[in-house]
Amino acid sequence: MFFQLFWTYLKIGTFTLGGGYAMLPLIQREVVDRKGWIDEEEFLNMIALAQAAPGIIAVNSAIFIGWRIGGWRGVAGAVLGAVLPSFVIILLIAMVFSEWKELPAVEAAFKGIRPAVVALIAAPLVKLARTAMKRPTPVKGGELRNAAPLLISLAAALAIWLGHVNPVWVILITIVCSICSCFFRSLR
Amino acid sequence: MLYLQLFLSFFKIGLFGFGGGLAIMSLIQMEVEEYGWMSPQEFVDIVAVSQVTPGPIGINCATYVGYTATGSVWGSVLTTTAIVLPSLIIMLSICRAYFWIDKRFHDNPYFTRTLRMLRFTVIGLIAAAALMLVRPETFIDPISWGIFAVVALFTILPEMAKNKMTEVLSHPILLIVLAGVAGYLIYA
Repeated sequence: MFFQLFWTYLKIGTFTLGGGYAMLPLIQREVVDRKGWIDEEEFLNMIALAQAAPGIIAVNSAIFIGWRIGGWRGVAGAVLGAVLPSFVIILLIAMVFSEWKELPAVEAAFKGIRPAVVALIAAPLVKLARTAMKRPTPVKGGELRNAAPLLISLAAALAIWLGHVNPVWVILITIVCSICSCFFRSLR
Repeated sequence: MLYLQLFLSFFKIGLFGFGGGLAIMSLIQMEVEEYGWMSPQEFVDIVAVSQVTPGPIGINCATYVGYTATGSVWGSVLTTTAIVLPSLIIMLSICRAYFWIDKRFHDNPYFTRTLRMLRFTVIGLIAAAALMLVRPETFIDPISWGIFAVVALFTILPEMAKNKMTEVLSHPILLIVLAGVAGYLIYA
């Protein structure tokens, strides 16, 4: 089981460009459709949990599937398979990149790439905000009320950007405040 | 000392990295800035490389930062292990209590509300990360802003019209390669 899981994840990890989310459909095809190790409902539950838990989503899902299918050995195989391709490829690049960077052509290309990277970080915020604003059940007051929590985003951004508050504190405060507000709601 | 600090930082990132690749990258950026492991320029280059190579972006970033900060393969081993460790602890606990959790947490207001609020905090975190990367080193001239605007526009194209065409045009790898070519043509 160690090798089967290792091999499955190694294949998926080596050939998926575009991060953890791009890996999920491939994992589903391999683990649910081809091998039939777990059924679709459990796979979807697994994705929900892997996203809710902190950490790298692809790794979280590897741990879950590894455990369900092969216990400790399964976890070891799946996690190593998921991590190893990225690790090796990046390490090789990191080793040669410091020399390549001196080349004028590479430096010129990166002058163009740097603002593009900032755009690739900033632009998905539109989609993230839209998704976050959706509620499972529609509420009265509509758009305006749904957009109100974006003030939390604004406050978090300002605290981190201008106030130099450590993001970990911001995350902890969010967790504590949500739990408190839930508690007071339950009292009413 | 450097190794201990790297371990603690990446463990912390794994533990508080809610919300996937972009959020984790933002957390890595904040730690890198705080400890001065590399220049903001170097970090942006790493993000670019992480986006165009296969595998989860969080792993790519951690491996790269570990190598660059220490100049040794062991730095990469350390950061990658440290970022995966909290996932292992948390996901394995979830797995062991899976059926219990599935029943009680699915509709638990404390759980769902906290996750919903965290989404908004993470939006603020990513926004702060993007704002912190807007500097003279990354945006060297007005052309940089042009590249930023074009890439941002292409990235949100699928939000305006969802079809195969916009899907392809908004792909981060394509956009980074195009920005690199543009940079070469303009600055070389």
